Amino acid sequence: MFSFCVDPASLDSMAWMACYLTTGKHMAIYTSLFTVLLLLAITAPTALVFGFLGASSARSDFAPLSWVGKAYIAIVRGVPDIAFFLFFVIALDQFFEWIRHEIKCPDWEADIWQGNDFVVCDIAKLPLGNSPQWMHETYGFLLAVLTFAIVFGAFAANVLYGAMRAVPHNQLETAESYGMTRSQVFWRILVPQMWVFALPGLSNLWMVLIKATPLLFLLGVEDIVYWARELGGAKTARFTDYPHGDWRMWYFLALLVFYLLFTRISEIALDKLMIRLTHGQATLGGEAQRKTA
Amino acid sequence: MSCWETIADYGLRSIGIGERVLPREGYTLCQQFTLIGSGMIWNIYFGVLALCSGFLLATAVALGKASKNPVLQKASAWFIFLFRGSPLFIQFFFAYFVFLSLKPVSPIFDPFTSAWLGALIVLFLNTAAYSGEIFYGALQSVPRGDMEAADAYGMSGWSRFKRVTWPTMLRLAWPAYTNEAIFLFHATTLVYFSGFPAWQQRGDALYYASFFADKTFNPFIPYPILAFYFILLTLCVIGLFGLINRRLNRHLPQESRTKMKLKLNIIR
Repeated sequence: MFSFCVDPASLDSMAWMACYLTTGKHMAIYTSLFTVLLLLAITAPTALVFGFLGASSARSDFAPLSWVGKAYIAIVRGVPDIAFFLFFVIALDQFFEWIRHEIKCPDWEADIWQGNDFVVCDIAKLPLGNSPQWMHETYGFLLAVLTFAIVFGAFAANVLYGAMRAVPHNQLETAESYGMTRSQVFWRILVPQMWVFALPGLSNLWMVLIKATPLLFLLGVEDIVYWARELGGAKTARFTDYPHGDWRMWYFLALLVFYLLFTRISEIALDKLMIRLTHGQATLGGEAQRKTA
Repeated sequence: MSCWETIADYGLRSIGIGERVLPREGYTLCQQFTLIGSGMIWNIYFGVLALCSGFLLATAVALGKASKNPVLQKASAWFIFLFRGSPLFIQFFFAYFVFLSLKPVSPIFDPFTSAWLGALIVLFLNTAAYSGEIFYGALQSVPRGDMEAADAYGMSGWSRFKRVTWPTMLRLAWPAYTNEAIFLFHATTLVYFSGFPAWQQRGDALYYASFFADKTFNPFIPYPILAFYFILLTLCVIGLFGLINRRLNRHLPQESRTKMKLKLNIIR
């Protein structure tokens, strides 16, 4: 990258390091840091939407809908979530291919489960066999995002369900006595007020989500864990201009520091947000704020 | 081959007893149940040992964080931050490569690169940090009246800690600690996906479940089996911790006992 990087073997340690850390491969690991941020940026709102749908359907008066919501919340309990991650990625992939298969090849005779193989017709494959590499990578990433959103949506649903029940019931009754309809009570009274009760749970969830991002590696995405293993492994002078020993330990130390910084910054930001949201609320925290003011 | 034979062959496969070669074809339901169940031995091993050893360190860390000595206080707070602020998955990888680079230094470090010891140490430190934070929170909420009563009885130092502070802390922390135990067991499934090699394909339950899912391209059988085993394990943990909770609360009137409220607290 720099002009003095022409012959790495002749450089002293500082300049060598500067050149080494800016090779093309290293650019890939920096990009994959953005993959993590992108994953968080897409997953967090999606999971929140899933969670909101789950929680509001669990509260529903219509019994089957409430069962669906409650089952969605309950199903994630008691089972390790990486099992869910490993399960959903294959299951969603097969589900999408099966749907496309049913639509695109209606006259397919053979069974799609042939012994130990899952076979769909060629034009139903996702992505198509002849599509470029980036399509495959994007499809894999989107599957991972959807999986994260489903699993974390269930956790968010649990938090929001609790928050909805924590809103003082008198307020809802008051709203009803003013003649509001059920949906008005829900949208105008319940939803604006539940956030302060949900925030501690949601911020915990955000921390957990940050700490779950390295699991992308297990889902087959080329993320930071993948690149740290690739780049850290011992390199001999035959294959690279920058030979070095086994540096994987240092790469993972860097990842550890990255995550520590990330969680620390989030913690500070969320605390600030909590102070703003408690302002004027009828809770102990709000009361304490009123007294100091 | 009948199911009993499969159980005899593969029941203890994960610890190296019985048939060495994993099934190559067929993959009957019985084989999947047996092998995944045999993998549970490792999950229980990691969970139980890390929990027992982590409990002691957690108490020490909680006391350290609550102590007036600034050195102890900072050290404990940093320990907790280090292990709670970073993903367990990265901690496993990092520890594995640290042990790997220590290996040439001395043969003492040989066992550390295998999962049974290396991963156990990571889990031990990790659970100590998480439960240390729980115990610290409980220690802060020990009622002042209890301490005053202990003072009035002339207790101080060690006897006050042993008879009043510590049992009350445990009682207050117990519901949260139960969650921690459950999620520690869930976290044990990460071990064989994070650098630590499964020697001779002796892995934990998730290792075998993903083995079957890879071989059969059918995730709908092995993962539900795994879920079944884990729900069973979770129920056992809840039952056992509930008994301890009852004992910790036995001196209190019925209605003021701390209820076991299981809150969701997912992965680390």
